[in-house]
Amino acid sequence: MSADPKGILCVADALCPATAELLGAGRALADSRGEPLALLLADGAEAEAAAALGADRLLLLEGPSLAGAPEDAWEAALKPVLEAESPRAVLLPGTVFGRSLAPRLAVALRAGLVSDALTLRFDPEGRLLAERSICSGNAVAEILVGRWPALATLRPMAFPRAVPGQKKAEILRRSAPAAVSKARVLSFVPEAAAEIELGGADKVVSGGRGLGGPEGFAPLRELAALLGAAVGASRTAVDAGWIPYRHQVGLTGRSIRPRLYVACGISGQIQHLAGMRSSEVIVGINQDPDCPMMKLATFSVQGDLVKLVPALSAEIRRLRGA
Amino acid sequence: MPLNLLVCVKGTVSSTSGALRPEGQPLSPSPLDEYAVEEALRLKERVPGSKTAALSLGTPASEEPLRSVLSLGVESAVLLCDEAFAGGDPVSSAYLLSLAVRKLSAAAPVQLVLCGKKTNDGESGQVGPALAAWLGWPSACAVRKVVEVSETSLTVERALEGGVETLALSFPAVLTLTKEINEPRLPSLKGKMAARKAQIPRWGASDLGADAALYGKSAATSVVKTAPVPPRAGGVSIPGNTPEEKARALAEKLKEMKLL
Ligand SMILES: Cc1cc2nc3c(=O)[nH]c(=O)nc-3n(C[C@H](O)[C@H](O)[C@H](O)COP(=O)(O)OP(=O)(O)OC[C@H]3O[C@@H](n4cnc5c(N)ncnc54)[C@H](O)[C@@H]3O)c2cc1C
Repeated sequence: MSADPKGILCVADALCPATAELLGAGRALADSRGEPLALLLADGAEAEAAAALGADRLLLLEGPSLAGAPEDAWEAALKPVLEAESPRAVLLPGTVFGRSLAPRLAVALRAGLVSDALTLRFDPEGRLLAERSICSGNAVAEILVGRWPALATLRPMAFPRAVPGQKKAEILRRSAPAAVSKARVLSFVPEAAAEIELGGADKVVSGGRGLGGPEGFAPLRELAALLGAAVGASRTAVDAGWIPYRHQVGLTGRSIRPRLYVACGISGQIQHLAGMRSSEVIVGINQDPDCPMMKLATFSVQGDLVKLVPALSAEIRRLRGA
Repeated sequence: MPLNLLVCVKGTVSSTSGALRPEGQPLSPSPLDEYAVEEALRLKERVPGSKTAALSLGTPASEEPLRSVLSLGVESAVLLCDEAFAGGDPVSSAYLLSLAVRKLSAAAPVQLVLCGKKTNDGESGQVGPALAAWLGWPSACAVRKVVEVSETSLTVERALEGGVETLALSFPAVLTLTKEINEPRLPSLKGKMAARKAQIPRWGASDLGADAALYGKSAATSVVKTAPVPPRAGGVSIPGNTPEEKARALAEKLKEMKLL
């Protein structure tokens, strides 16, 4: 698009941990070139809090709210705004929202896109270089975006989260054309509020065939609650109907990278590892000390999970003096 | 009104067998694409008289995965194949697929394109939504259920991070699907026989009237290098004679690492 691109623009649909990660990544990129950082939000509902996250400018779209709108509506609304802003790089979250919208924007702007980036930097010519995981987590590819703007969606949990500070972003309003969409959102039913979302979870306690049945998840949920962890599962547990699909980790489920992943009764087949092997600390709880999960775990605990999981919960309670 | 349903299928190497050295290895449909094929077949059953077709972009070796799709009951297939397509990226692949959709639609308008949410090799998940954008069609990614289908539109359900969304899309449209949507069927012997004999036309750049500035080496992104992820070094085995001792030793480690 532009021959004279400038700045980093983050696009978010809501104020959430993924948005803080956009700004964390965006700040590092912006500083590396001494260029400004902007955040574009769907509407002003959370403007105050968003302005404190380290962006130099906060762009609020005026007109019918895009919050919860389908991706073709977002594409139509953002295209002219991005053309006018002419950023060097546009960052979107690696959520369903970001990963649905970014390819549409890439086509609309004739831009280049990297999905699910793990690292980001500029080369000396100011072109974006990103690393991403490919081939079921077996390899990392470095991708060069040869045109501007360079678009990237960020793998959740791969970048440091910006924290609210004293500096307030300058708030600017941008009018978006009334978006015509050929899709219509009919309803949105939020997940049970008590459940921690897998993708952005700091800690995950996950269960597989070794749980023996749906009731096996009860002690796991108890441990998860104590740790403040989300609950994950292997495909075998999901396919058996022990737990809904949204909990599945792996090639045909979610790719996550929490700080702590506790795998209970999961053997660690390659398709499962594809979704979690970049977790910082992996704990394996398994009868079989020779299974792949136990071989690669940071801490492997051999034994019957039926005894070990409640024992760990009890120990955590004891440490906390409860 | 019957529908013309089109499935995009990428031939890839299985994740367990050296995906990093794909040369010479047999290709099969990328795992999530199998769910797209199954959903097309189910929609055909839901809307009698509908037709299904499969489309793949790849090397001549991608003919095999297309045959396996035909063996499941998809009626026809086209392979987009041209040396000039090499070196592209997901957005440029979507461009070429969009030209094929237009070409097919000129003969019989395609109402719905189905794709897997992402492939097991590139894993970008870009092709479905980018294809929709090239065509100017609405799209919904990560769909887990087709709730309703009519002559002019369909209603789908998808899981977002925070909950479940239901949306209606008017035809023509593009969906990408998760494995939650169905349970793929197995091919019949008869299907396999028919697939073996099927003619699979190949379309190249000139058949598609493709603009050389938008595909192959002209793609906006390029892979600079790929490197295998080194295997994780094994860690510490937690000692203890009883579950309680082990739990205590583990909790200590986690506490040291500020994970408790
Ligand atoms: C195309 C494709 C895609 C796939 N996608 C995924 C995916 O996204 N995610 C995924 O997870 N899998 C996926 N799989 C399936 C994968 O190959 C494995 O089959 C699956 O991960 C195994 O699940 P599991 O570890 O729970 O079961 P198993 O491999 O059966 O392992 C069970 C483990 O539990 C242990 N155990 C049993 N009882 C106890 C006990 N009482 N105490 C302690 N340990 C116990 C056993 O020692 C064993 O290690 C995919 C497969 C294919 C072909």
